[in-house]
Formats: sequence, structure tokens, C-alpha cells
Amino acid sequence: MIVTKKDDGYVADTPNGLSESESGEYNLRLYVAGQTPKSLAAIANLKKLCENNLAGRYTIDVVDLLVTPQLAAGDQIVALPTLVRRLPPPLKRVIGDLSNTERVLVGLDIRPKTGSST
Amino acid sequence: MAAKRTKADTSANASRPASLSKTPTGIKGLDAITLGGFPKGRPTLLCGAAGCGKTLFAMTFLVNGVNKFGEPGVLMSFEERARDLETNVASLGYDVAELVERKQLVIDHVYIERAEIEESGEYDLEGLFVRLGYAIDSIGAKRVVLDTIEALFSGLDDTAILRSELRRLFAWLKDKGVTAIITGERGEGQLTRYGIEEYVSDCVILLDNRVEDQVTTRRLRVVKYRGSSHGTNEYPFLIDEHGISVLPITAAELGHKISRESVSTGVSGLDDMLGIRGYFRGSSILISGLAGTGKSTFASAFVNAACERGERCLFFAFEESPDQIVRNMASVGFKLDQHIDSGLLDFRAARPSLYGFEMHLARMNRDIEDFAPQVIVVDPISAFRGPSSEIHSTLIRLADICKSKGITALFTSLSSSGEQMTESERSVSSLMDTWISLKDMEANGERNRVLYLLKSRGMNHSKQLREYQLTNHGVHMVDAYVGPDGVLTGTARIAQEAREREAGLSRKQATERRRREVARKRAAVDRQIAELRAALETEEAEMATLIEQEEARELAHGTERSEMAAIRGVRS
Repeated sequence: MIVTKKDDGYVADTPNGLSESESGEYNLRLYVAGQTPKSLAAIANLKKLCENNLAGRYTIDVVDLLVTPQLAAGDQIVALPTLVRRLPPPLKRVIGDLSNTERVLVGLDIRPKTGSST
Repeated sequence: MAAKRTKADTSANASRPASLSKTPTGIKGLDAITLGGFPKGRPTLLCGAAGCGKTLFAMTFLVNGVNKFGEPGVLMSFEERARDLETNVASLGYDVAELVERKQLVIDHVYIERAEIEESGEYDLEGLFVRLGYAIDSIGAKRVVLDTIEALFSGLDDTAILRSELRRLFAWLKDKGVTAIITGERGEGQLTRYGIEEYVSDCVILLDNRVEDQVTTRRLRVVKYRGSSHGTNEYPFLIDEHGISVLPITAAELGHKISRESVSTGVSGLDDMLGIRGYFRGSSILISGLAGTGKSTFASAFVNAACERGERCLFFAFEESPDQIVRNMASVGFKLDQHIDSGLLDFRAARPSLYGFEMHLARMNRDIEDFAPQVIVVDPISAFRGPSSEIHSTLIRLADICKSKGITALFTSLSSSGEQMTESERSVSSLMDTWISLKDMEANGERNRVLYLLKSRGMNHSKQLREYQLTNHGVHMVDAYVGPDGVLTGTARIAQEAREREAGLSRKQATERRRREVARKRAAVDRQIAELRAALETEEAEMATLIEQEEARELAHGTERSEMAAIRGVRS
């Protein structure tokens, strides 16, 4: 499931909250600026990676900072694209177009399920 | 982005035919050095080692922008959190929280922790641009500070990306038309640790904080300023509760207007010694002397006289506390406390070791600007310790500052015993227009004070040694006795005067005696003459008697003869 926020009506947290995160729910947010090649690559890479490793237990927000620049300061965004793991805690960040899957998995602290496709 | 930048540059150049327009910093002295401030719409690099005051400088730039020039500002801090910054600059009297409240200032703390960030693939710093752009646009900022952007290098791995992105950032800032300050930590062999001076090359200012003889002096230098002339020296600057002030070095030329008016020294006898009955207004006066010769008293006499004329005086005391000076001067009849109460006189007292010499000077310069006095006293300049070249250059500056403002400056200097000039005296002697030397004369078991005028430019003056006394009605000048035995002072002078009086008296008595003798002689001679004359008169009288008797006898004789003849004839 991918939720792309196009305007500033940004939803702070998933309503499901902690219980789901404890059960392994991943709440990921990807910050991009416009439809640049890097942004598109990052979105595609992230989607593939989540399907492969976190199928069924993740949500992704894509925040376009050209639309909602006021959100940049809140999550301490400097580099773009930035992927933020909001849940489960602690907060983790991965920057770049996410082309290096290994680094993303390390960054998000995701242990691939044994038996799942790699 | 590149195309946009060129366009912006050319349009900016076209609208600016004569000279670079500047954004004043509002920092005293810095705008003078940079001839107006930082280049408008361009980034300026402010670099220096830790603890140089980079952040305070940058913050002052922003706060002054809001308060003095109505230009909102953005501070993007890569090191300190907004709340810490607010607390830190509160010591300078800046209420940052209030400015943020009024939407005149935005503080954005950029926090990058390498441990929390994983890098995977290509990225750029567009996020920073977005944040900065949003902050600038939200309040219409004209001024931006990036403090210290090099923190990015320790947070992110890919320096190639960082460098190209920083280059883009500075170009973007120019496009935005904001005047920016980028601070950078001093690096080995280059101005900043990561060499970002390469990208910010319009104006570079270096702050320095050097310790010499355990005394710290902050200094500032404009390393480069593209498109503008600027002061090239190192200038001391000061950070204290009144904010930042930079001491501009004197104007290079000796062009200040001078006055022909005289101001009383406060000692009438001393006025008499000076051809114009006082010092020239706006001149520099040095009073040097040994301990206890009354240097401060002469200074206070001058201050007292100036305050009585209704002039403003600033007294820089480096050895005594103001209270002590007021008390001590009351004993010679100067009621300085009255002048303090009336606001004409103010004291600035500090230990000489509190700052370096140049910092003192920076402070004095600021105090002079704030108080706007007509007279200043520095008591004493000999309290400063340091290399003589430094003392010389800084005193030149102080004397020049005073001259350019038409302030009459009186300096005192403690001489060491003997004839040798102290370091500070020698170094400033050529700067001084009037130099009064106070001396002790030790003879006959007592010490007396004399003064003479070593020099006084532009006027005829007494060349005599003069004795003076510190009485409870001020300084009293006494005519010194100058005789074959040299100068006599004190009781020796009084004894000599008594001897002279005695000699005069005896001379007078001798004359009197002589006069009486002559009179007596004259009387004796007169008497003799009278006697002789009396004798002569007696003789003459006797003579007359004799003649009479003779005549009578003759007559009788004749009668007798005729009678006898008659008798013979008739009767014969």
C-alpha cells in the first residue's frame, strides 16, 4: 500500500499505532522534491524492496517537499531523497535513491524473513 | 540553476553601475572597516578557530538587521539548538525569542547524526534548499546565517556531492538576493577546515583570538573583499554585555581639524606658564612623574575645571576605583562627586590585566562614542604592560580617535625613578602636544615637588622649574628660588628667602648708620664754621674797638697839640 501525499493535509501517524508496530508493522516515509529521476528511482526501489522483504506489513508515505516545504524541518531533512523509518522506533534514516538494497536493509534494520525471495 | 544564476548576476550588475551596494552589519567599527558592511545579496565567509565569536558575530548581524535596518533574518544552525542559541546571545542583551515571536527571525536547527543515517545511492541537498527557502520566504528574510555549514561534512560521507551541492547552495543564495554569512571553523593551512572559502569568495573575514602574556585579544581581519576597498589591518574587537564592537584603526592621514581655543588646566599658576593660558582644546597632554607627585591630582584639577565649564568628562581609571579617586580628590578640594551627580563626569575603571591592551582600547573607543565627552583622562597609561610596539600603536590610535573627535585627552604616566623615561612614556612622547613633567626634589631632609614643561606645541611657555603644593584648595604654584646654588624648594627656599631678607635688613641698617654719621659730621663742620666765624667776629669787633680807640686817641692827641700850641702862642 502506498499513500502519496500531494497536498499539505499530511496525516501524522498511522491510526493503527503501536500495537501494529510491535507486531512488526513498518511505517516508512519517503521525502522527495518533485518528480526528479532520483525521486522516481527512489520510489520504485523502495516499493520493490518492501514488497520483497516486508510484504503486507508496511505503509509508505511519499512527501513531496516542493508541495509541503514546511515538513522538511520537522524530520530534519537535509539530503533528498530521504527515507525515514517512523515505526518501529527508533527513528532511522536512509538517504539516496535506495539503489543499494543491502544498505537500505541495514539502514532500516530489516532482517529478511528466512525463505523469502532475495 | 546555472542559467538562472547568470541571468541574476547580469541583471544585478546592470542595476549597480557605480559600486557594490552593501548591507550594514550594525556592528560598530566593522561597517567602517568594510566601508559600509557586507556585500549585499552575496555570501560572506566568517571564519575563525573555536571560541572566536563567530556565532555571536553572525547573530549580531541578524539581530541588528531586524532592530536597526528592518531586515528579517534566518539563522540555520548546524551546531547549536535554537534554545541554546537564545540563551547564549541573551548575554549580549538580545531577545531572540521575542524576534522569533514577531516573525522577524527564524532559527532552524539542522541536526545531522552520522550514526542515524545510512547512505544508499545518489542524493543531493535539495532538502536543505527547501528548508532554507521555506524559512526565507515565510518571513521575507533579507539576511541569512549558516552556522557552521561544515558540520555537514562530519554528518555525510560523500564529500564530492557535498562540495558540488555547497557550490550550488551559495549560487542559490545569490539568486535569492539574500546577504548571507557562512561561518567556518579555522582549518590547518587554510581558512576553513574543508576549504569552503573556495566557494564563498566575495568577502572573507577572519576572526582570531590570541593569547599573549596570558592576556587574550580578539582580532578581526578582512582577508578579501571583492569589488570593494577595505581596511586591511587586524582590528581588535570586543564582545561584552553591550554587544560587539570593533576598533577601527585611525584614519591613515593626519587630517583632523584642530582648534585654537584654549582650555584651562584647572591650576591658575600652570595656566600662567602656558602661553595661551591653558591647553589647546583637542590636544593630547601627558603628565609624567614619580609616585606621589600628584599626577592624578593634576588630572582631576583639569577634569574639575572642565566640568565647571559644563563639559562632559570621561575618566578611565586603571589603578584606583572611582570611589577612591573621588575621596582622595575631595582632600585637595575637588568635589568630583558633584560632577558625577550632575552627569558631566563618568568613570570607567578596570584592571589593566582584565583584557589585552587593544581590548582596552576597543572598550575605551566604545565608551567614548557612547558618552561623547569633551575631555578624557587616562590614569595612567603606564599601567599597561605589553610589547612597546603594541602600546605605541594602540596609543597612537587612542590619541588619534580623540583628536579626530576634538576631545582633549590627558594621559598620566608613572615614571620610574631616575631620569630614564619609561617604555610607555618614550613611545607616546612624540604623540603628545603638551608634556608636563612632575619631579621630586630631595634636599635637606625633605622632598618637594616641582614641575616643568618639557614641551608644549604651538605656544610659548615657561621654561622654568616651578614648585607646587597640593593644598586643600587645589594645586598651588609657588615661585621657585633659582639662585647660584640651583633651584631651592621647600624650607631651603624659605631659609634662603629669610637669609636674603636679613641681608637686606643689615644693608639698610648700614646705610642708615652712614647717613647718620654724615649728618653728624655735617653738624660738626657747621659747628666749627660757626665757632670760627664767631672768633672772627670777636676779632673784628676787637679790631673796631681798637680803631675807635686809636681814632679817639688821635683826636685827643690833635686837640691836645692845638691846645698846647695855643697855649704856647698866645701865652708866649
